[in-house]
Amino acid sequence: MIKVFISLVKDSLDRITHGSKKYHLWMALLTFIMLFGMYCYSIQIREGLSVTGMTDRVSWGLYISNFTFLVGIAAAAVMLVMPTYVLKDIDFKQAVLIGEGIAVAALCMCLAFVVADMGGPAVLWHMIPVIGVFNFPNSMLTWDVLALNGYLFINISIPFYILFRHYQGKEAKKNVYLPGAIISVLWAVSIHLVTAFLYQGLQAKPFWNNALLGPRFLASAFAAGPALIILVLAFIRSHTLFVIPDKTIKKIALVVTIAAQINLIMLVSELFKEFYAPTHHSESAYYLFFGLHGKNALMPWIWTAITLNVTATIMLTFHKLRNNFKVLYISCFMLFIAIWIEKGFGLIIPGFIPGPWGKIAEYSPTWIEIGVTLGIWAMGALIFTMLARTAIAIELGKIRYKKK
Amino acid sequence: MSKNKNKWFSLNLNSDTVQQKSSCGCGKTSGGCGSHTPEPQDMTDEAFAEAAINASIGEERVKDGFEQVFDVKMDRRTAFKKLTASLLIGAGAVSTSCSVVAGDESKEKAQIEWEEQFKGNYKLMSNKEKSATVDRLVRSYQLRTGKNINMSSQNAKDDVLFGYAFNISKCQGYMDCVSACVEENNQDRDSQMQYIRIHEMKDGEGLNFNEADDNYYHEVPAEGHFYMGTQCYHCDNPPCVEVCPVQATWREDDGLVVIDYDWCIGCRYCMAACPYDGRRFNWSTPEVPEEEVNKDQHYLGNRMRKKGVMEKCTFCVQRSRAGENPACVEACPTGARIFGNLLDPKSTIRWVLENKKVFRLKEDLGTEPKFWYFMD
Repeated sequence: MIKVFISLVKDSLDRITHGSKKYHLWMALLTFIMLFGMYCYSIQIREGLSVTGMTDRVSWGLYISNFTFLVGIAAAAVMLVMPTYVLKDIDFKQAVLIGEGIAVAALCMCLAFVVADMGGPAVLWHMIPVIGVFNFPNSMLTWDVLALNGYLFINISIPFYILFRHYQGKEAKKNVYLPGAIISVLWAVSIHLVTAFLYQGLQAKPFWNNALLGPRFLASAFAAGPALIILVLAFIRSHTLFVIPDKTIKKIALVVTIAAQINLIMLVSELFKEFYAPTHHSESAYYLFFGLHGKNALMPWIWTAITLNVTATIMLTFHKLRNNFKVLYISCFMLFIAIWIEKGFGLIIPGFIPGPWGKIAEYSPTWIEIGVTLGIWAMGALIFTMLARTAIAIELGKIRYKKK
Repeated sequence: MSKNKNKWFSLNLNSDTVQQKSSCGCGKTSGGCGSHTPEPQDMTDEAFAEAAINASIGEERVKDGFEQVFDVKMDRRTAFKKLTASLLIGAGAVSTSCSVVAGDESKEKAQIEWEEQFKGNYKLMSNKEKSATVDRLVRSYQLRTGKNINMSSQNAKDDVLFGYAFNISKCQGYMDCVSACVEENNQDRDSQMQYIRIHEMKDGEGLNFNEADDNYYHEVPAEGHFYMGTQCYHCDNPPCVEVCPVQATWREDDGLVVIDYDWCIGCRYCMAACPYDGRRFNWSTPEVPEEEVNKDQHYLGNRMRKKGVMEKCTFCVQRSRAGENPACVEACPTGARIFGNLLDPKSTIRWVLENKKVFRLKEDLGTEPKFWYFMD
């Protein structure tokens, strides 16, 4: 068993470190961006969070925005897991490993963003139960820690089991991975819902404190996540021997379409509530969409997001357009960007503006903050590339135990 | 410090003193006077000796002993300066030699740092552990700066519940409370951190916070305006306490909502949860000029903070638990601020609550603030 594992690690390392020139260039680029991000982070560690654009008025920014968005991406892996394992849909089998790889990478990025946002990363052990104090169940943040780490564990162990069996040339046993798959389905819904509750539960922030936030998180996640998976699959299809049938991509596209439509309906409902009979609590929404007292830093962003979102959803809705892969890829990309804006700083920053006493202080990230963010995204891409490369090699039978 | 009445605003229109960051207690702006050396332990002995000689005798060093002392042209002022400097160096040398071996001190420092790094949450400490950490912090400050501080770990007293009332009719917006608060609580001077915000509101518009200005720089009271202060309300049902993932903030038995700065991980979730803008974050290492440090401290109150942790108003726990009024109450020239024990029927705060039409802000959120407003 251990022998097989060591051999697997050796083979996968071999696989990761060897490849075409393009592959090496890609990995070098990611490494360079990561190093740049680490340099920016080292400045942040030395000087404190004052090197970011955050202030006492807007105390969460780019980091938490990206964290929120990426939780959604991680949750979306379930959209592939569910039909494959539970509904016995063979089509998705190849795609699901890729989906879970994206989930693992997204979760690593989530954790990195949270750590980057901490004032005292050195004392994070205070959160570890038994040696620290874990304020469970009162603090939603502790729920989120459990949800994210649990989900990470599940998403590592299931694909690992399957690949480990395939590596030895054996079939993965259904009665071993099926219970795990079912748990992961439920868990995926919970991670995004719990993350929404993190914001939803704050009576201090009327912009977040609304019952639709959780469901909207889910809808937007199940649009953006599979949209990303489609783009990744398209790339893998054209650059490797890994066979992904058209049928699979079309099915995922259907999932994206329905989620995007539901998301749009919820957006309309939200806008109606905020602007038909505006109250004191609609001010954040006013700031986001129209600006307040001449301050409108977020306006160009949110209108870009809405335009992309609506256009992409319309394009996806027509079967003819959606079944044209070029159009599909473009609309998936548009949707991904739109939801990144919408669930990122379109959600987090207006929560703080205006402040508790009506003060409007705007936020814009500094270059150091952007550098760290890029570094973490590069880290995610690197993790995914390594996982996907190993998984594809095993699935294609290129690496096998005791086969040279 | 009293003549140099500090106002922690960006513009210092009325102040006649220019704030000099590099100015030092002895009046010199350059050279060594002992109290000016930023971190003497970072200097090697040779470098220190070099600097000391430069400071005390400067260019005269090439002359021999007799000439150095007698054959020097200097006015009385420089003579005094040099004399003081030499005395300080002498005192430093004596204290260094008396401390047996410097190695022991650095060992002790490392030991303290180690124990402080891995201590538990103050909320869960026994009284013995509380005083142990306070002793360590006092000793560590002594080792770092050579100065002594007083730090208390006094617990909440029985039958005490602190409450606060603010008279809107009386406040004139002088902001003496803000200055007193900053001086009392050792807040970071660089970022001009303030726990109290005074909102200037227009007469005839009611309590309209949206139109209010909490950052005014003009003569007060301004015509046609009234003033209202906000700070941490020490809610009886504080949302900030609920959300903290590590219980680094909690409500004490006397109603004070406090933070263990050493336990805080700096996630700022409490800041997002506070509906009253009551919390502040140390975005960089907070700095207070050594001579302005308030040395009467409490573990949960005004002791020195570090970067990346939350802090907030504690109703001056170091004062209130010692039976005094918070600094803002004492500093207010108009008597707009009233503080006291809500459980004492004879206290002023009780009289106000019973005889005035009091109200609280954002009561609909269910936070139960212990901070009331009233008008004459």
